[in-house]
Amino acid sequence: MTETDAPLPPASHKRPLVVMRNVSKSFSSGTLALSDMSLTVQGGEFVSLLGPSGCGKSTALRIIAGLGDVSTGEIDWPSSRINSKGLPEGDISFVFQEPTLMPWQTVFGNVYLPLRLAGVSKAAARENIMTSLDMVGLKDFADAYPRELSGGMKMRVSIARALVTKPKLLLMDEPFAALDEITRQKLNDDVLRLWRETGITVIFVTHSVFESAYLSNRIVVMKARPGRVHADFPLSTSLDRGPLYRSSEEYRATCEKVSHSLMEAIGFPLADGMEMH
Amino acid sequence: MAALHEPGFVFRHRETLLRIAIPILVVVCLVLLWQVLVTATGVPQYILPGPGAVALALVKDWGTLSPALWVTTKITMSALALALVGGVGIAVFLVQSKWIETAFYPIAVILQVTPIVAIAPLILIYAPTTQVALLICAFLVAFFPILSNMVQGLKSVDHNLLNLFDLYGASRWQTLIYLKLPASLPYFMTGLRIGGGLSLIAAVVAEFAAGSAGAGSGLAFRLLEAQYRLNIPRLFAALILLSALGVVIFGITSFIAWLGLHRWHESSIRREN
Repeated sequence: MTETDAPLPPASHKRPLVVMRNVSKSFSSGTLALSDMSLTVQGGEFVSLLGPSGCGKSTALRIIAGLGDVSTGEIDWPSSRINSKGLPEGDISFVFQEPTLMPWQTVFGNVYLPLRLAGVSKAAARENIMTSLDMVGLKDFADAYPRELSGGMKMRVSIARALVTKPKLLLMDEPFAALDEITRQKLNDDVLRLWRETGITVIFVTHSVFESAYLSNRIVVMKARPGRVHADFPLSTSLDRGPLYRSSEEYRATCEKVSHSLMEAIGFPLADGMEMH
Repeated sequence: MAALHEPGFVFRHRETLLRIAIPILVVVCLVLLWQVLVTATGVPQYILPGPGAVALALVKDWGTLSPALWVTTKITMSALALALVGGVGIAVFLVQSKWIETAFYPIAVILQVTPIVAIAPLILIYAPTTQVALLICAFLVAFFPILSNMVQGLKSVDHNLLNLFDLYGASRWQTLIYLKLPASLPYFMTGLRIGGGLSLIAAVVAEFAAGSAGAGSGLAFRLLEAQYRLNIPRLFAALILLSALGVVIFGITSFIAWLGLHRWHESSIRREN
């Protein structure tokens, strides 16, 4: 169970990549989005941030990405080069809820973007781009425009773009929430495979218990108003998750455990359950 | 073989052919009706000439009309070109910071809502030549739609894409070149099409106001001149040249918009359902 197909890069393994200490974040509207959140993510982990809407999981992810300041507390990226703005450089990629592609660029042009911004020439970037596209199974669509692709394919382009810089940390903000269940399961399997093959660290924001139980080896359940950590579950490090895992006892037990925790977090059982929504 | 191909071609493109043939047919009918009415009622030529007389004037007066057409074309095109450069440049400048926009945008709006024809007499005083005055008027009119569309476009960039550019440490310049300008291309094209039409209108109206004369005058002056002389066929001929110029400008700007957008933007893509 502990052996994997590809060796994991030792450099990023078992070292903290992100350390959040007592981070709070309030917006100019006065909303306290995140209150006193501490979280350390180790290299090689697949962490899911799970919680109801308004629990600050996306805000936390943006802070980890360096998009937006913290109000109090601190955030550190111990294994990254920090640039003049105090942000980590080149080690972090983000996959948004929407594919966020430039419609005027081809698939190739979209995946090229991070390298282009880093000043890499198209010729030098070509191999990396094609490798990334191959990883998500879109090698033959390099010249297509985003409008010609399905929702799932657009999401794959977005993932290929995130991988093209060979980041240590991949942040995903409910990336498959808008997709149908079948496409979503396929993409889940793809993300797991990429995680296994590249040894990348993933922080995955979701509101689906099943998705988090299927993907992660650690689930952080969050609570709303204000957003904070409710529970932190280390899961078995089993990497042998394929479609069969969905019907395993281990998966069922994880789902149950996490569901209970999530219910606690949203204050279940609720007589006023309707009001919560 | 050719005979077999022929009906196939017509059949496959019958919708396109009809789309071209029907408007032509309608125009031909209207022109014929015009001729018939003129002949039947015996309206004198100095009130309403028939299409035949107009066509004759177009040929006979080509020596007078063609330099005027060239002048008007030159003014319209230079005004549009200046408006494009100025509109895009100032729009980029305006969106650089909230403060710049707060400071300057109201001025732009005041200039925009002021009817330019009302400024024309002033411009005529300050401009070194009438040609330059006409150019300035046409420029001012074409400039604002391009400016306001560009400002709108530059500000309507997808926030997620802006976040993405921030995340990858894009410089202000890179964000402008790779994101903001391409993203505002559809808005630019709208501005271009509106600006193209307006610059011709402004070139004509300004010339009416300026009342220029002599060798350097444009079609608008020739039109007025023909009216004073009750040379109505020539007036119609000038009018036809003006509308032809308008059609050409519309065609060119639409074609440029199509070139820039057809591969990716919804406005240029045929719906497939």
